[in-house]
Amino acid sequence: MLGYLIEKEFKLAFRDAIIPRITLVMPLVIMLVMPLVADMEMKSINICIADSDRSGYSARLTGKIAASPRFVLAGLPATYREAMSSIEAGAADMILEIPFEFERSLASRHTAHVTISANSTDAVRGGMGSSYLTGILNDFARELHEERSPAVGMSAAPAVTVQNMFNLRLDYKTLMIPALMVMLLTLMCGFLPALSIVGEKESGTIEQMNVTPVGKFTFIFAKLIPFWVIGFVTLFIAMTVAALLYGLVPAGSLAVICLLAAIYILAMSGMGLMISNYSNTMQQAMLIMFFFMMIMLMMSGLFTPVSSMPQWAQAVTVIDPLKYFIDAMRLVYLKGSSLSQLGRETAALLVFAAVFNGWAIWSYKKRK
Amino acid sequence: MVVAEHINKWYRTTQVLNDVCFETAKGEIFGLIGPDGAGKTTLFRVLTTLIKADSGRATIGGLDAETDYREIRTRIGYMPGRFSLYPDLTVRENLEFFATIFGATVRENYTLIEGIYRSLAPFENRPAGKLSGGMKQKLALSCVLIHKPSVLFLDEPATGVDPVSRKELWSMLRQLKEQGITIIVSTPYMDEALLCDRIALMQHGKLLSAATPAQVIAAYPRKLYAAEAPNNYRLLNELRANPQVASAYAFGDCVHVAFIAQSDTSIPNLREIPPGIEDCFIELTTGKGAWNDHRKNDGK
Repeated sequence: MLGYLIEKEFKLAFRDAIIPRITLVMPLVIMLVMPLVADMEMKSINICIADSDRSGYSARLTGKIAASPRFVLAGLPATYREAMSSIEAGAADMILEIPFEFERSLASRHTAHVTISANSTDAVRGGMGSSYLTGILNDFARELHEERSPAVGMSAAPAVTVQNMFNLRLDYKTLMIPALMVMLLTLMCGFLPALSIVGEKESGTIEQMNVTPVGKFTFIFAKLIPFWVIGFVTLFIAMTVAALLYGLVPAGSLAVICLLAAIYILAMSGMGLMISNYSNTMQQAMLIMFFFMMIMLMMSGLFTPVSSMPQWAQAVTVIDPLKYFIDAMRLVYLKGSSLSQLGRETAALLVFAAVFNGWAIWSYKKRK
Repeated sequence: MVVAEHINKWYRTTQVLNDVCFETAKGEIFGLIGPDGAGKTTLFRVLTTLIKADSGRATIGGLDAETDYREIRTRIGYMPGRFSLYPDLTVRENLEFFATIFGATVRENYTLIEGIYRSLAPFENRPAGKLSGGMKQKLALSCVLIHKPSVLFLDEPATGVDPVSRKELWSMLRQLKEQGITIIVSTPYMDEALLCDRIALMQHGKLLSAATPAQVIAAYPRKLYAAEAPNNYRLLNELRANPQVASAYAFGDCVHVAFIAQSDTSIPNLREIPPGIEDCFIELTTGKGAWNDHRKNDGK
């Protein structure tokens, strides 16, 4: 009986014009495009340099900034006022003002002042831009210092070398890819089973099923299995793309990933079922899904670290299943954590699976 | 075979089933006739164990709809008013699916559906959603019959079906009845009422009477007249203003009139006619209570 129901679900899924295609296309698109697009590193900051000095030093500083991969020289206006208007026009993000007698001041008093102004409409971009520029200025100052007194230069400052661990080149993509896989699984295993059940409600077939001797467990179980299979297919496609295209292979074991994914899929499809029980139309189900998905995605630490959220928000993320799975995936992929090191995440996902599915079964009333 | 005892059902503050009682015999075609919103579908849903009644008791072949629902579900076939087979599965796949989940096979019960399915056979590989309305109904009927139910519940099976298919459908129902299957069918069409063994008129959640169509017609309490005029609408308004008239309504291209006590023969072109089932229904649902005696002879 169960076998036959599952066969029916597979038939319906594959006869669907969208599902088989999206199963293949979505992981490809997400893995090909998203790591490049969802990149928090600041590149190509447009800078205007208002140079009133027009000296050797100021030209050297300008050249140094223009040579940096992070900055694009947007113009060399004569005055600060002119530079400001190009910020207002949106052509520039930052201004560096080099005052008159910059070189002379440096030569005579060993100090000089410059002004950095950044458009902080996008606070991250403004802040990062200023700090990059400050870095370049410090570097420039050190260079000048060494030129003047090469002997003293050796002891100028303690040299700090940073050794990055687990993501050696601080590549943002490496952080995003495991999290994007989680997003994929969420869409495939959370949305689809819910919509499938609501679809049966909409088409009236669920009524026909309810007058058959098929029990509710059997009916739901038969609904879920195909989507679990689809979920794993998308996960493996995504992992293959990550390995081939970005050279990113899990540092930890594949078995741990599969186990965690299985628990997560179970939890998400439970949530989908729960939602399907409370909605009568596809539209309602979609809306409720989007509502929860948006919140869960934003609070999961996919884009912004949970630890930098306000205290109350951090407290809310405790009930976000995405957070645990994204954490776990990143840990396995980058640090190679073992299952015993992921005890907290595994336990949390198991609790979610139990609660969501329990709730789903309880709320699925075959007989009102 | 099917017994309903004092079934009541409320949806929030609306009573959708009001003390419904009836009983059907084995191999009987029992018609539930009533306008939209009379509670026919709700009654079906109670009898097919989809919802529980708030009070009262329903039994199917001696099994209680509330406690023995699992057993009942293997013995009944329910065809809802809306087409509800899997539109993406083919005709054959739908049939096999519904046979299998009841633990039956298409082959063992094929004789039961042969008459209906024969005309569908050329389209076996077509998705069910792409069939015409009449063919969908035939397929739906085949699918509820394929596990050989002893009671068949058909909710408006002929609504939206062309006259030829309707005729076929009813001749099929009669064949099924021959095989001892009890059929409870709802319909808003009066002409179909005549094809049932017994009918129960339903309105506002109440079952008004259950008798053979002939008995229902014979119990019509008044003399009925047909009147004609060049302008029927004006005639109708005049009749309704007449204090002696109990009811007047347009019927085809004439007006049917019934009088409270004495017939007003001053009206031109008046001729007495035998009442039809539709007149009975109108009298029952809009009449001024002249039929109370008849209503008490409810059921058997």
